[in-house]
Amino acid sequence: MKILVAVKRVVDYNVKVRVKSDQTDVELANVKMSINPFDEIAVEEGVRLREAGIASELIAVSIGSSVCQEVLRSAMALGADRGILVETEQPLEPLAVAKIIKIISEREKPDLVILGKQAIDDDCNQTGQMLAALLGWSQGTFISELKLENNHAFVMREVDGGLEKLKLKLPAVITTDLRLNTPRYPKLPNIMKAKQKPLDILKANDLGIDVTPRHQMLKVTEPSKRKAGIKVKDVQDLVERLIKEAKVI
Amino acid sequence: MRVLVVAEHDTRVLKSSTLNTIAAAQKISTNIDVLVAGSKIDSIVKEVASLESVGSVLSADHATLGQNLAEPLAELIAALGKNYTHILAPASAFGKNCLPRAAALLDVAQLSDIVAIESADTFIRPIYAGNALATVKSKDPIKVITVRTTAFSPVSKGANSAKIENLTTSFTTTDLSYFVERLEVPSERPELTSARVVVSGGRALGSKENFALVEQLADKLNAAIGASRAAVDAGFAPNDYQVGQTGKIVAPDLYIALGISGAIQHLAGMKDSKVIVAINKDEEAPIFQVADYGLVGDIFELIPQLITHLESQKSS
Repeated sequence: MKILVAVKRVVDYNVKVRVKSDQTDVELANVKMSINPFDEIAVEEGVRLREAGIASELIAVSIGSSVCQEVLRSAMALGADRGILVETEQPLEPLAVAKIIKIISEREKPDLVILGKQAIDDDCNQTGQMLAALLGWSQGTFISELKLENNHAFVMREVDGGLEKLKLKLPAVITTDLRLNTPRYPKLPNIMKAKQKPLDILKANDLGIDVTPRHQMLKVTEPSKRKAGIKVKDVQDLVERLIKEAKVI
Repeated sequence: MRVLVVAEHDTRVLKSSTLNTIAAAQKISTNIDVLVAGSKIDSIVKEVASLESVGSVLSADHATLGQNLAEPLAELIAALGKNYTHILAPASAFGKNCLPRAAALLDVAQLSDIVAIESADTFIRPIYAGNALATVKSKDPIKVITVRTTAFSPVSKGANSAKIENLTTSFTTTDLSYFVERLEVPSERPELTSARVVVSGGRALGSKENFALVEQLADKLNAAIGASRAAVDAGFAPNDYQVGQTGKIVAPDLYIALGISGAIQHLAGMKDSKVIVAINKDEEAPIFQVADYGLVGDIFELIPQLITHLESQKSS
């Protein structure tokens, strides 16, 4: 079976972003960028299925400017067979991304598309669900366990209050939770090999879909800062302050 | 303007997130319908009809809707949604699962996890783990929105007797997915996202056994229990206790962080709490930058002391 994974290049999760003084966006110049952590988990899951002989081919796709080749090379260093970059300079909303991945899915005909459950920059948590809707496929979101059997995917979903197991008809779209696996580190020889793997570059404009943003970002602001607190000297002091000063217990 | 709110329930109980979502809908329009979809939902429908501000309740009682599967639910929401200007659901695992699917079927974008409403087409939502707030104007004819429940106070119960409309529905997506089983973590404690007090434990607890200390303190305060990702990954606490960017977002009156350093991703889930208390032995831990009251020291000495103090307070 063929598996497609989608990867996004985002600000590294350890970076504390700053809002630009003109309030147009956050400061992204000279900030460390990496593969979105949830997408790394998606790639790892695909690689494991590839290694187990369940998947015959693993394709990584990314959408964005030409620098997104980096994240595709990282995915290939982890074990993806080839990469597809859909190039565009315009920032895209999840609906547009889902429409582009739909076109790639129709060309490549994967049995399974794996995405991260959310990107840590826009925090939308939408693309996988939208893709499943557009393709008319089943969806398994926030997955912490995946098993493929008899043309179905058995998935364990992380839901409020516990876990939920579903059986999904293939082809399906699944989105990864942090609990699904622990991604491996790429080894140097694999990073070198990844440079030789095929990487197709398509232009988003050539795909014939309308990706005009539906949202207009009016401004980006800093959240209100919390007032500096105090250090209390001991437990008694703490309890007294919580009762008399903060009045919360 | 007409707003459709998708009610969250598990057939047995209506989730309180629905009450917060209706409160958000009130800020858009007074014309609010609530969809209750499921199987054997009579009591839920009645309860929803009693909620403040509900115009009418749309009851979709169908076996296919019994387990909140996204495929039929989104199909239903999209079909109904054509008659509305706004579709709202709570930004819980439930709403996050089905609403984007419905939005795509309607060919409109979605606004996730909004924390404020500026006008009928302009909304505020956090991005980058809550380190920035984006004010976004939607140009779509139908605004599809998930609501951060902690940002809106719930509407009152029992104040209304809205009319109930029974829908007859059929589905084309019934063979896509099947419910197998649910593994719930049974708990007598208040629900994490709506609790008044939350006590959270982190990596420093060291083991599942030691995590019992967090539970003992929570019992004294009638609090819900939270955990950092480190504590969950290490197996000290179940996954659905996780507070943070990728777990639950909480904003209780009192949040007590025990042995939690305060990584960006954890702060994203709790920094809107009214009062934050941190107990940590590392004086430099980032959690102290957001804590109203910080106590530096060994949690294994301080938590039992805290429990004893609370006991003596109660008895005095």
